[in-house]
Amino acid sequence: MDSHISTPPALELIGISKSFGPVQANKDISIRVMPGTIHGIIGENGAGKSTLMSILFGFYKADKGDIKINGRHTLIPDSQAAIAAGIGMVFQHFKLVHNFTVLENIILGAEGGMMLSQSLSAARKSLKKLADDYELNVDPDAKIEDLSVGHQQRVEILKALYRKADILILDEPTGVLTPAEADHLFRILDNLRREGKSIILITHKLREIMEATDSCSVMRRGEMVETVKTADSSPAELAELMVGRKVLLEVDKVPAQPGAPILEIENLRHVDEQGVERLKGIDLTIRAGEVLGIAGVAGNGQTQLLEVLGGYAHATGTIRVNGTELDLTGKLSDGQSRRANGIAHVPEDRHHEGLILPFTAWENTAFGYHHDDRYQKGILMSNKAIKQDAQEKIERFDVRPPNPNLAARNFSGGNQQKIVVAREIERNPEVLLIGQPTRGVDIGAIEFIHKQIIELRDKGKAVLLVSVELDEIFALSDRIAVMFDGHITGERLATETNAQELGLLMAGETNTQEAAHG
Amino acid sequence: MDFLTLLQVLDSTVRLATPLLLACMAGLFSERAGVFDIGLEGKMLFAAFSAGAVAYVTGSAWLGLIAAIAGSVLFALIHGLASITFRGNQLISGVAINFLASGLTVLIAQNWFKQGGRTPSVFSGGRFEEITLPFAETLGSVPIFGPIYADLISGHAILVYIAFAVVPISAFVLYKTRFGLRLRAVGEAPDAVDTAGISVVRLRYTAVIICGVLCGIAGAYLAIGLQAGFVREMTAGRGFIALAALIFANWRPWYAMGTCLLFGLLQAVALRYQNIDLGGITLPVQLMDALPYILTVILLAGFVGKPQPPRAGGEAYVKER
Repeated sequence: MDSHISTPPALELIGISKSFGPVQANKDISIRVMPGTIHGIIGENGAGKSTLMSILFGFYKADKGDIKINGRHTLIPDSQAAIAAGIGMVFQHFKLVHNFTVLENIILGAEGGMMLSQSLSAARKSLKKLADDYELNVDPDAKIEDLSVGHQQRVEILKALYRKADILILDEPTGVLTPAEADHLFRILDNLRREGKSIILITHKLREIMEATDSCSVMRRGEMVETVKTADSSPAELAELMVGRKVLLEVDKVPAQPGAPILEIENLRHVDEQGVERLKGIDLTIRAGEVLGIAGVAGNGQTQLLEVLGGYAHATGTIRVNGTELDLTGKLSDGQSRRANGIAHVPEDRHHEGLILPFTAWENTAFGYHHDDRYQKGILMSNKAIKQDAQEKIERFDVRPPNPNLAARNFSGGNQQKIVVAREIERNPEVLLIGQPTRGVDIGAIEFIHKQIIELRDKGKAVLLVSVELDEIFALSDRIAVMFDGHITGERLATETNAQELGLLMAGETNTQEAAHG
Repeated sequence: MDFLTLLQVLDSTVRLATPLLLACMAGLFSERAGVFDIGLEGKMLFAAFSAGAVAYVTGSAWLGLIAAIAGSVLFALIHGLASITFRGNQLISGVAINFLASGLTVLIAQNWFKQGGRTPSVFSGGRFEEITLPFAETLGSVPIFGPIYADLISGHAILVYIAFAVVPISAFVLYKTRFGLRLRAVGEAPDAVDTAGISVVRLRYTAVIICGVLCGIAGAYLAIGLQAGFVREMTAGRGFIALAALIFANWRPWYAMGTCLLFGLLQAVALRYQNIDLGGITLPVQLMDALPYILTVILLAGFVGKPQPPRAGGEAYVKER
């Protein structure tokens, strides 16, 4: 026990401060990470987590403060020094060369000799050992572009381990992973911890902090608010520390009062450009005042379902909105006509489909609705009217900073999503399609967006929610349909099912009674 | 066409392909590192002038070559400064270099030599003479192989052999060495290189300097290998043809050699057969002269496969966060 106490922390940050002009990104931050532990750093977008890690990896120089590694003062002027000090970083956006093989990516910068052939064969050997030790299996000769996102992430971890990293930093590692891939990642991290590595997990997902970490630091507006032992804390406490006020983790809603069917889908089929049938006869009905959640592992046809409903993919079958049949293949099968039919769409990918990033916020609040009469002045578009409208939306939705002239790309993920949601919900649509509403969105904004969805439902509208986050599906849905391989494998009332049953349906098992008992 | 004519056309192909090949390999190094270079033409032109001027004054071909390389590297560094250090637009920088070379060469040549923007003719000693390889004469009498060796392989300036040696050397460097791995990586994903602790700026400057050296050799070959002195605009678009060859070759060394030889062949055919009579129709000489350029346009229009340029090409690297 005594020897344990005398072990210095693997990493200690003392009084780190960093400002960019007038903005103080980090204020007097101190953290201790003990060897063989997973330490979480949680905070909303813009809380200063990434700046802190960039200082640790030598991208920025701190204005003040010390870094100690294994009890020794260490200067980290650049990435090379960070790597030499045993720090490995897995960025949110992977730093891989897409057309290189796994091996080539791993040795890049750590070749060890002028000629590649020895470096490659040495790397191949140690890669095999790492794979066996930590469940980090990747084909060393596969090209990065042919690998799934989960495997690409393993390559990043392998890169760090190959450089003998003892401190591994992961920045929002599960943002791009399927639930199964995320589970595998946490198994890997657990293996690494057992080997005595120290892991820093940066995330804004409370569940991951609770499940994976030993201790956890909460950051808010550049400051370290609190460091707690995870076991002694609770999600509610952490959320409150993070946001600075009480946060409702459960969505506050009354039971649904479903009315007449608004959206009716019958035998919907869609074949994509590669000739693969992605929707294989979908039947769904959503009634007034109801949220239907579509659960499923990403890539089982949810995206195509939203595309067909949103009017930018053709299909066969029938879709009716309030009894009016929609054109699925002809001239009236586009976003414009769908909006005219009362369908609003918050797309899954806000960067490519929801927003035009270089355009300003006020321009983005009008896209798709720019033909609205109130935006017109004679034959011209009235920028003044759009701007005024945008200003009001920004205030109502608490978009920060409240500046409609800022380009969309300069807002954080949560605020970008608020702009899209404001544009779509404010039209009071009959049907709202909403895909991954809170992907990459911080917890304060999640609460807000969820509240908007429920409000729309309570006005007697139909909501189709697609999400890969089961927590979100449960929090919002009145009914849950599970998609697998282009089919609906089952429909359940949210109150009468559980994650385990949905998991079976997500894996394509339709007879959940039998599977659960067998 | 008899065997001897064929040999002569091929011989001429090799000579004409040499400057293209050097410029193409120059572009390959620069562009593989993520720095697009449409200034190959300008660098070659300035190198040609430097070679012509220095070789005339000193009477030494080797000093001419050194001057050519120095001049071309100077221009390459300007391009590097603009596009790597100051993160300017690489196309605009390249265009500027072409204009600068085009004007500067004629201006200086006129000021120094007063011959209408050309350098005086360089005589033996100032030129790279044709080398006769060992046994060329004795083997010449062997049927088929003899003439190929004596006329096609032997009898070129040293720079031709250098140009063709650059191809396997480049392929080896690019695919078998640490430097090559990093060079290819920095053209595809500079952020990966940066986070691996390697300097993106230093790598790109190295690539740009290699590009300058190779363009320098190409220019020297034009002025004091192929011809005997510098003439205004003597590169005649070869830098752009080299660029087209590079795209056609999908930025790979051996393929680059193939495409440069193809362009060389077209030029050689145009030189040899001024008017081609196809019984009835006569293809005019202008058409033959235009062939390499027409092919360039066709290739660039994307009729031949889909080129896959280095992903980070044309963009300055700015560290994120």
